[in-house]
Amino acid sequence: MTGPYGLTVNGHRHEIADGWVGESLLFVLRERLGLPGSKNACEEGECGSCTVRLDDQLVCSCLVLAAAAADRSVTTVEGLSASHEADGLLSDVQQAFVDAGAVQCGFCTPGLLMAVDDLLNHYPDPDDLTVREAISGNLCRCTGYGRILDAVDRAASARREAQT
Amino acid sequence: MSAVSTTLVGDRKREAGIGESPPRPDGVPKVTGEFAFSSDLWHDRMLWGGTLRSPHPSARIRSVDIGPAMAMAGVYTVLTHADVPGAATYGLEHPDQPVLAADVVRYEGEPVAIVAADHPETARRALAAIVVDYEITEPLVDPSLAEAAPPIHPDGNLLRRIHLRHGDPAAADRNDLVVVEGTYEVGMQDQAFLGPESGLAVPAEDGGVELYVATQWLHVDRDQVAACLGLDPGLVRLTLAGVGGAFGAREDLSLHVHLCLLALHTGRPVKMVYGREESFHGHVHRHPAKLWYRHHADTDGTLVRVEARLLFDGGSYASSSGAVIANATCFAAGPYRVPSADVEGIVVRTNNPPCGAMRGFGAVQTCMAHEAQMDRLAGALGMDPIELRLHNALTPGDRLITGQVVTGTLPVAEVIRTCAGSPSAATRPDQPMSRPGGAGRTADATHVVRGEALAVGFKNLMFSEGFDDSSEARCELQDGVATITCACAEVGQGFVTLAQQIAREVLSVEEVVLAPVETATIGSAGSTSASRQTWMSGGAVQMACEEVRTTLLVRMAAEYDVPVDDLVLADGRVCSLSGSLDVDLTTATIEPVTADVVHRHAPTFPLDADGQGNAHVSFAVSAHRAIVDVDPDLGLVKVVELTTSQDVGRILNPTQALGQLEGGAAQGLGLAVMEEVQVVDGRIRNASFTDYLVPTALDMPPVRVAALIEQPEPGAPFGAKGIGEPPTISSTAAIVAAVRRATGLDLPRVPVRPADIALADAAPRGAR
Ligand code: FES
Ligand code: FES
Repeated sequence: MTGPYGLTVNGHRHEIADGWVGESLLFVLRERLGLPGSKNACEEGECGSCTVRLDDQLVCSCLVLAAAAADRSVTTVEGLSASHEADGLLSDVQQAFVDAGAVQCGFCTPGLLMAVDDLLNHYPDPDDLTVREAISGNLCRCTGYGRILDAVDRAASARREAQT
Repeated sequence: MSAVSTTLVGDRKREAGIGESPPRPDGVPKVTGEFAFSSDLWHDRMLWGGTLRSPHPSARIRSVDIGPAMAMAGVYTVLTHADVPGAATYGLEHPDQPVLAADVVRYEGEPVAIVAADHPETARRALAAIVVDYEITEPLVDPSLAEAAPPIHPDGNLLRRIHLRHGDPAAADRNDLVVVEGTYEVGMQDQAFLGPESGLAVPAEDGGVELYVATQWLHVDRDQVAACLGLDPGLVRLTLAGVGGAFGAREDLSLHVHLCLLALHTGRPVKMVYGREESFHGHVHRHPAKLWYRHHADTDGTLVRVEARLLFDGGSYASSSGAVIANATCFAAGPYRVPSADVEGIVVRTNNPPCGAMRGFGAVQTCMAHEAQMDRLAGALGMDPIELRLHNALTPGDRLITGQVVTGTLPVAEVIRTCAGSPSAATRPDQPMSRPGGAGRTADATHVVRGEALAVGFKNLMFSEGFDDSSEARCELQDGVATITCACAEVGQGFVTLAQQIAREVLSVEEVVLAPVETATIGSAGSTSASRQTWMSGGAVQMACEEVRTTLLVRMAAEYDVPVDDLVLADGRVCSLSGSLDVDLTTATIEPVTADVVHRHAPTFPLDADGQGNAHVSFAVSAHRAIVDVDPDLGLVKVVELTTSQDVGRILNPTQALGQLEGGAAQGLGLAVMEEVQVVDGRIRNASFTDYLVPTALDMPPVRVAALIEQPEPGAPFGAKGIGEPPTISSTAAIVAAVRRATGLDLPRVPVRPADIALADAAPRGAR
């Protein structure tokens, strides 16, 4: 077991009192903090389903020890629509995924939402290859990516419109 | 529908019935992270389960010492085969697979013992502390030797043999025929769903158990679990937890019995989640196959006779191998008129990983072979391969090689023509990343060769061979809200959307609630497989809603003393055509109306000793055209474009249909050029997403839909055929054919590996 440490997730501070030092950030989010939105499709850094933002960087939370994320800022899929929570709205990327039919089983979805949100933060108007490359670390077994690419287009337009 | 477009969606708020694309009801919870998948479950006082698996593909177990594990702090129980109170074995077709191995292990990864502990890490350490004394035995790994080898299981090594004989056996005894022969091979594919096997079992006060699990068929799981636990099925209550994809891999039991045993032994809720490596060992795979074919045709291209020998490796346990080889055999010749056929389909037991259901179910393997044969035949005839296919295309009224006459719709020529005739949008990529080799930027543009080819796939819809298949659904209409109860497993395909659309369409309601999917409240819906749920459970929901509508109108007619024929349900109101009555549905259904129906398809019949019989309900056909770029120096392939046409009966939800076509094609692409479970001496060498390559967004080309052929299928709800499997069947065959076209190589095996292309010249002739 390891000493107590603090985690800031989606703006909320949590104390982890009796975690084992070997626990990944993914495990702690899912099993200790009641935030199972980040998924566990491989737990070996290959599928992207566990993607979260650590400060300003996208990481596979299955590859980060939770204790190593102490005192840094973690954003998960549960925090994506936080700014819209009051009015019950989804974020632009979330809405686009629903509208485009980009969600089938949905297991890849949280990781993809994080990846696409980050992409659009950096590239408001990405071309097809840029999008494909940006999400190539996120496996989806259901969709063949067609509707996901459509969702990215929709989200990019929505975000550009919102900013003009 | 022409090319893929984003303008498929109508006005969603008002029109959400059949033919529209309303948003899926689970879409919002899936994008917010609130949707509870089977691995997300949590319970107070919950323990973690773990499974000890055999490291050997074949061994005798001399002893198992659980003492050291039991002594560890935080370990609550360790169980072996001796703790299984009921049936020691289970299985979909034959109960030949042990819950926990007793004296023999027959594949690498076979479960031997299970633990429950306070933390997953404690469970892992406990598993490592269990001492198993194995006497290693020589594994049987070559399926061609299985029949002659000493049996590795009391039930023997032959899982099933079907010898199909159709038409005049002497039809090809002429010397004026064109004959082509080939041997083909298909590697083992994994379903690679993203949501790992997982679940939560909670002991109940009545001595039973509640199991929350991701599955394709709750009721068949329940019956197998109850038998192994020695409990009355009523005491085993299954609830569908969120399913992260299935594709056939959740038809068999995995951790179900183990979880229940641990929960019942400890009196505590127990959760178990497989890791990805464990998942590769924890479910069945697509059967690897060797296929020999000989086609005989007249010089004008008319098929005269097809002979084939199909050898499928079933691995160590039966699973659904018997049904898979039946499909492979019945559809071995493809969607073509073949007056004389001799097809022997064999599936055997070996010490390789067990194989069973995967999307396409036997028809994927044969499609790759029969389409390669059609291309070869076209070459030998000097005929255009599309013309050859059109010349032999099955049409309704024709006989299959099983002797069954096609009585429903089957637009084979239409899918071929529309797919072949669709213009391509493929250009030469200007960015090096888009060439073979991708981000490696290894391909010299001047060396890249392009190929284009078309393939056609053919398969049955729904269960076959006399299986009594049914789905139950209940509809309750109260206060203007319809509640649908049906045990159909939503695995991502979108049945939840469809059930709502059907209820809205029939009942003219806005709000449709879907009750939890569980065994306690309703009978079986059958399996979410075989492209059957739209027809079976969609049909059940339709019937239940129609019965509610009829009952309501009869009640209203009596109440208001109007003829029932005068009443209609429209725009959320019950109205009389004469105008004397107009009541909104909310008022009309203060008193609820309920209907409970069981839906069955038309009966099918077993195959006879010659593989003949009306064994299938309905058929579907699809075509893919693939355009590929190949770097012959490194043997790397980039699929540039896929175009498809599919026989769909009728489209109920365009966006979801497109999702099936695109997703299915991606899995077909995987089998063509990337995906193979590599098994050496009975051991899986690549049980991870690092080494088992699933197509990414960079590997997938655009999928263009040339045509969805809508010819309503008699007997199907709204005329809709199942659409999930065909996209996976013809895509693989089309891609490998395009690679052949680009390289001029035979490439008789999928997946095509780089060495198959780059080192082709180095291989001795005939050794490829
Ligand atoms: S779960 Fe972290 S990359 Fe797959
Ligand atoms: S929607 Fe199922 S894995 Fe992407």
